[in-house]
Amino acid sequence: MESSDMEITLTINGAQVTARVDPGLSLLAFLREHLDLKGTREGCGKGDCGNCTVLLDGQPALSCILFAFQASGRSVTTIEGVSEKERLAVIQECFIEKGAIQCGFCTPAMILSGKALLESNPRPSREEISEAISGVLCRCTGYQKIVDAIEEASLRQGGG
Amino acid sequence: MTENLIGGSFPRIDGVEKVTGSATYAADMKLPGMLYARLLTSPHAHATIRDINTEKAKALYGVKAVLTGADLPYRVGLYMVDKPVLADGKARYFGEPVAAVAAISEEIAEEAVKLIEVDYEPLEPVLDAKKALEADAPLVHPDLDSYECIRGVFCPKGGTNIANHFRLKKGDAEEAFTRCDKIIENEFYVPQVQHVPMETHASIAHWKPKGNIEIWTSAQSPFAVRHLLSVALGMSQSMIRVVVPYLGGAFGGKAGIHLEPLVALLSKAAGYRPVRIVATREQEFMTLPCRQGLHARVKTGVNAEGRILSQEIEYIWDAGAYADYGVNIGRASGYSGAGPYEIDNVKMDSLTVYTTKPFGTAYRGFGHVELFWAIESQMDIVAQELKMDPVEFRMKNLLKPGATTITGEEITKYTGSVRKCLEEVAKEIKWGETCGDGGGETCGDGGARGRGESAPADAPTNAPTNGRHGSRSKGKVRAKGIAVLHKAPAMPPNTASSAIMKFNEDATVDLLVSGIDYGQGTATSLSQIAAHELKLPFERIHFIWNKDTDFSPYDWQTVASRFTVMGGLSIIKAAEDATRQIKDVAAEALNVKPDALEVKDGVVFVKEDPSLALDYTDVVMGYKFDNGNSIGGPVIGRGNYIAEGLTNLDPETGQGLPALNWTYGAHAVEIEVDTRTGDIEILKLASAFDVGKVINEGLCRGQVIGGCVQGVGSAIHEQYIYDKAGRLLNASLTDYKIPTVKDIPHEITPIFVETPHDKGPFGARGVAEHPMISVPPVIANAIFNGTGVRIKELPLSPERVFLALNPGRSKT
Repeated sequence: MESSDMEITLTINGAQVTARVDPGLSLLAFLREHLDLKGTREGCGKGDCGNCTVLLDGQPALSCILFAFQASGRSVTTIEGVSEKERLAVIQECFIEKGAIQCGFCTPAMILSGKALLESNPRPSREEISEAISGVLCRCTGYQKIVDAIEEASLRQGGG
Repeated sequence: MTENLIGGSFPRIDGVEKVTGSATYAADMKLPGMLYARLLTSPHAHATIRDINTEKAKALYGVKAVLTGADLPYRVGLYMVDKPVLADGKARYFGEPVAAVAAISEEIAEEAVKLIEVDYEPLEPVLDAKKALEADAPLVHPDLDSYECIRGVFCPKGGTNIANHFRLKKGDAEEAFTRCDKIIENEFYVPQVQHVPMETHASIAHWKPKGNIEIWTSAQSPFAVRHLLSVALGMSQSMIRVVVPYLGGAFGGKAGIHLEPLVALLSKAAGYRPVRIVATREQEFMTLPCRQGLHARVKTGVNAEGRILSQEIEYIWDAGAYADYGVNIGRASGYSGAGPYEIDNVKMDSLTVYTTKPFGTAYRGFGHVELFWAIESQMDIVAQELKMDPVEFRMKNLLKPGATTITGEEITKYTGSVRKCLEEVAKEIKWGETCGDGGGETCGDGGARGRGESAPADAPTNAPTNGRHGSRSKGKVRAKGIAVLHKAPAMPPNTASSAIMKFNEDATVDLLVSGIDYGQGTATSLSQIAAHELKLPFERIHFIWNKDTDFSPYDWQTVASRFTVMGGLSIIKAAEDATRQIKDVAAEALNVKPDALEVKDGVVFVKEDPSLALDYTDVVMGYKFDNGNSIGGPVIGRGNYIAEGLTNLDPETGQGLPALNWTYGAHAVEIEVDTRTGDIEILKLASAFDVGKVINEGLCRGQVIGGCVQGVGSAIHEQYIYDKAGRLLNASLTDYKIPTVKDIPHEITPIFVETPHDKGPFGARGVAEHPMISVPPVIANAIFNGTGVRIKELPLSPERVFLALNPGRSKT
């Protein structure tokens, strides 16, 4: 531990976490390396690809360009916090059923972006879904089935 | 459930791991004592390395190893052994690894990299593959003659920049041109682009004190990594273990071998501690491989009826600094490089040429996205010159049963039907009818009939003047286009696969193959095939995800859209083997002959009297009689498959049988061009492929939609951009744009044609790469049909389209 480290307290997937971190530590590195939450992925480290998206107080945020200390006092949701134990959330089931997954690398970021959207807008149009995931790059799926999956989740959750 | 196993839409078996984030990729792994590696890369496109001073880096606290090219006298390569592990006395591209550090943290490794001092003497860069062919061009590999390669298949020319020259001659092209009514010649260009997998390359290696190596890596081919590493280091394959966990996209960029030798050697140098390297996104662009560029020249001779009599093709492949994989792209795109057309007289030269740029490797389509840019643009140009409808012109010339390919292979009724694909997409796009509701915008529907009349004064040359393209007052023009494609797996003629099925005590089955599922869905479709062949419920198949050369059966590589076919055939044989073992034991237990038995849903029973039956749980570990006597033993099914009937190609004429199977396809598109901005909206893309037999429709559709969008990337968005010194200017996702959700076609309609292939499993052919092929020309053909402007260079960026539509406007 170095003297410049600072103490942070935040809620991660519903549990309170207190840690001492370097002020330069990214939220992404904090999640992946300190807490071993590997479902949050690094695709570029520069805020371009959106694959590191987490929810900060319910809103999508790029964990690679946030410092860990910036999340202090706030609530972070990662993909590990989306399902309840072994029971998948509706949006996760829809991603599987609609074939919205290929390599799976961007999937956590896509699901979190969709989840945040549906919480603020339970019955989004396809355009609104596209807008919500437009910051996350996927090279495999061509996006169409991801939009289908989020739309299906909206319907199943009785959106609107 | 054993019904409808083939052809249905099973959800992928890796879904839960992926939606919960629990799928483990190479960069997620951490071994005890693991070190972190970083690279120093060349700031020059071409330079002699006079000296490297690593003293300061080595002295930094936490640094455990520093390596330079001088420490590593090893060369690696799949087809052409031309690539040093670190630059060897000379840097051949901007971004080439020159030195590497392993340290106790990423930060320290990065700090140490900055302390390495390199004395470079810059050399003249070679940035244009055509200029690289000139006699006075600087040599990228002065020692080319001394490199190992597969002689007789590839032929590097010492004293030049030519890594390979593929030649093909069918008939007499020169003579046939004298009989043509029209000869049309054009040049086309495709820049380098990149795969851009969301997961950058990541490898962990642990060199053990005993001398063996363990590697966990983001590779498409654990056995290729093992083989190439064993050759490069002169080690037995049994001393190398390669494990591939989940893979975050690959597209060819993770085929062959990449960072694995370097991390292995760092591990050894660091005192046998495991070392991990994860490429930064910038390094993914500038250090790891890209797709080759292509300069194409196509000369086509036709008669007045619209039959192609002769074609002369020259492909000059911009391989970049290394061509270890690239030489085979030049070869594969040579033997299929005239497209799916019946042409009696062809002369083909496909040259793989070194330049001092990042090197090209396999990328979804293996040269075919590039060559079809030339061919399918050219075919529309020829149709236009003949004043013939592009569909009609193609139908006159497309391959059909009885025709021969340019290598002399006879097309049969099992080969597949490109005509059917074209018919399907033409129907789907309503070819020949005006475009959909364009709110008053106008439409060019591709019917070239009536063109060639006087063009309006303000229109660019070749503007269609059939009255359909109309005014541009609203600035938007709608138009349709079509294009066809083909590709066969490009692989050595002895490429092989194998499969193992291990029964467990509860009569579930562990399925082991070494095909990697990096998103295609192969694991799911192969599990379907296994369940179908074993007549077991799908749920009883346990597909073993991690591929481990210590445990998994051999497979060449997961490339070339070959795995559903070759892996599937291995699985069918393994299931036969396992079922035979089960029947043999059951026959003895039931006192009948094996062929009196049938199996279904995990029960083996007598056909004539199904009440005489044994559950698999009583058979698959051996059968025990009432008195305790036991027979049989654990059932392990074994199957293998080797590509059969393929031949090497004649080095002078290119004649022979290179293709296990051809998958044909066609695209039709309706676009809207904004003539004020050069922006292209794709309203509808219809894509048909003759897959022989759909194994899993949902996954198949996923391949098509994803491939089409990747094709849109190559068509409209993507290219490597260099400065004059050869420095890559857009090595980031800010400056190198891949399609986002907002760039996709409004509608993509996958269509599957099913002409069974006589050798494929259930008649199936591969379709992983094909959706991406010919997406660029189908859009360019639509642009022409709408605006009369023919663009021959990719990408069809708004800037390029705008400037083409407004030839008076300069770039500034």
